[in-house]
Amino acid sequence: MIGIHEDEARRLALAALFAVVLALGMAALMPGAQAAESRTLLNVSYDPTRELYQALNESFARQWKAKSGEDLKINQSHGGSGKQARSVIDGLEADVVTLALAYDIDAIADKAKLLDAGWQKRLAYNSSPYTSTIVFLVRKGNPKQVKDWGDLVKPGVSVITPNPKTSGGARWNYLAAWGYALDRNNGDAAKAEAFVAALFKNVPVLDSGARGSTVTFAQRGLGDVLLAWENEAHLALKEFGSGFEIVTPSLSILAEPPVAVVDKVVDKRGTRAVAQAYLDFLYTPEAQEIIARNFYRPRDPDVVKTTQGIFAPVKLFTIDDVFGGWTKAQTAHFADGGVFDRITAKK
Amino acid sequence: MGAVAAFALSLPRRVPSVIPGFGPTMGLTLAYLSLIVLLPLAALVIKAAGTTWSQWGAIVTDARVLSALGLSFGAALVAALINAVFGLLVAWVLVRYPFPGRRLVDAVVDLPFALPTAVAGIALTALYAPNGWIGSVLEPLGVKVAFTPLGVVVAMVFIGLPFVVRTVEPVLHDVDLELEEAAASLGADRLQTFLKVILPSILPSLLTGFSLSLASAVGEYGSVIFIAGNLPGVSEIAPLLIVTKLEQYDYVGATAIATLMLAISFTLLLVVNLLQKWRRGRMGG
Repeated sequence: MIGIHEDEARRLALAALFAVVLALGMAALMPGAQAAESRTLLNVSYDPTRELYQALNESFARQWKAKSGEDLKINQSHGGSGKQARSVIDGLEADVVTLALAYDIDAIADKAKLLDAGWQKRLAYNSSPYTSTIVFLVRKGNPKQVKDWGDLVKPGVSVITPNPKTSGGARWNYLAAWGYALDRNNGDAAKAEAFVAALFKNVPVLDSGARGSTVTFAQRGLGDVLLAWENEAHLALKEFGSGFEIVTPSLSILAEPPVAVVDKVVDKRGTRAVAQAYLDFLYTPEAQEIIARNFYRPRDPDVVKTTQGIFAPVKLFTIDDVFGGWTKAQTAHFADGGVFDRITAKK
Repeated sequence: MGAVAAFALSLPRRVPSVIPGFGPTMGLTLAYLSLIVLLPLAALVIKAAGTTWSQWGAIVTDARVLSALGLSFGAALVAALINAVFGLLVAWVLVRYPFPGRRLVDAVVDLPFALPTAVAGIALTALYAPNGWIGSVLEPLGVKVAFTPLGVVVAMVFIGLPFVVRTVEPVLHDVDLELEEAAASLGADRLQTFLKVILPSILPSLLTGFSLSLASAVGEYGSVIFIAGNLPGVSEIAPLLIVTKLEQYDYVGATAIATLMLAISFTLLLVVNLLQKWRRGRMGG
């Protein structure tokens, strides 16, 4: 008899223990359950903005605390722009998205209906609080004398760029080259295609992302020119030292990485006010200065003036002017069977 | 007496099971396998079911897809063959010869399992790049490894090695030395002993290791992507094409390629299994 009682008691104890562990586990998994009084925001962004948003978040959290008394913790998620957009579509609860291409936020609006199609009109400057452009990183002394896009198609010049099919940044590279060729050939699309095809003939490796290409160029010693975002080129200069220099071409593309509040998520989580304030903050002089210090080009005219020394002058064209927007550029150039497939198949 | 004992031994006996209760354990096994393996695969097939056969066919017979599939399966096959030969050698040395540091070598074999595949890929690329330790030696000889299909094979050999070593090792351990001595005393030379005595007994496990190495190499992304050069039609692996499709939010195209890869891999594993069964039948074991 005693044996049975002991057995039952042990079972009960085990069951109780199991219940406690289960409850603890559930509590840990429940978002926001453990810290109801302090607010969190999730900013889903793309790869090279990690350092930028670290600096911005700190500054905004301080301002928000002063204004509302609330402790704010902003979580960051970084990855390839397209992959990040897919995560949000599949249910990652991003309060705000700050991605590399409008096309990726369009996909969130279109596939998951988490925000409406007119999102890009909501904030100033196409909802892009900062811009960048595509520049060249070359080896010290510029041994191949690369000055402009035209030099990239010369035989014997090896160019490193990521794969436009997998990397948002690489699509800017490709379109920048295309825009330059159009400009030099009076808008002749066939000549532009021939130019870009010749350029990609000089590409020995297509990495899947921008950081991978930077490593291939800077650490593996491959290639004479790296096509890179201006901010990435500056970072590479800072990180890999004096073996490189930046060449700014005569004409390049205005890269406008856009930001947006994800309506359905902020309404569900009750974070609309703070999410909106966060994005508005990006346009303030304080944030614009942080942006410039992280080598993104600011929008605020006053900040532009004070930070002129950082950025070389370059004539810029927009994707809307030359390609009629992202969706059109995507379908014509990067979709399966598009121009990029055509020129790389010719190899 | 001896005849009775032999007769008794030849009677079928019910082997007592270590784990009690066939019912619950079998139920648990099926439920677990369904949840972990079958459900995700079913989801994949259901996603692909949105396409018609002709659409599916058009996607997977695209020249670029075919060339990527060719590279993925071709390189995986080469890598698995290399692993079968050298994995057997490694296992042989580890089992047969005591030497200082054997435990260490034994542990090193498992490293490809433990290492995050992307780390492996980056490390291999650093080694085999034209300015890397190995690459800088091979480059003057005209051998390019990194950023070519050869690099893909190298990465696949790396990740597949432990499969062969770990499946062959225990079996090799159980092969009786006395059998070899018997063979030798009957006049067999070393090659004959190996081919007729040792190889038949380890062949099933070698085949298993080979097919595991093959299957894992086919789907490998992390370590291959850094060393492959990813040029369309040249060094582009099939998993990269899946990622490419996803990048265009083309879930249908991605799942179409994925289901085809799944089907090919499954067929390969099935063939290897059948081969083993056929061999066992012939051996009468």
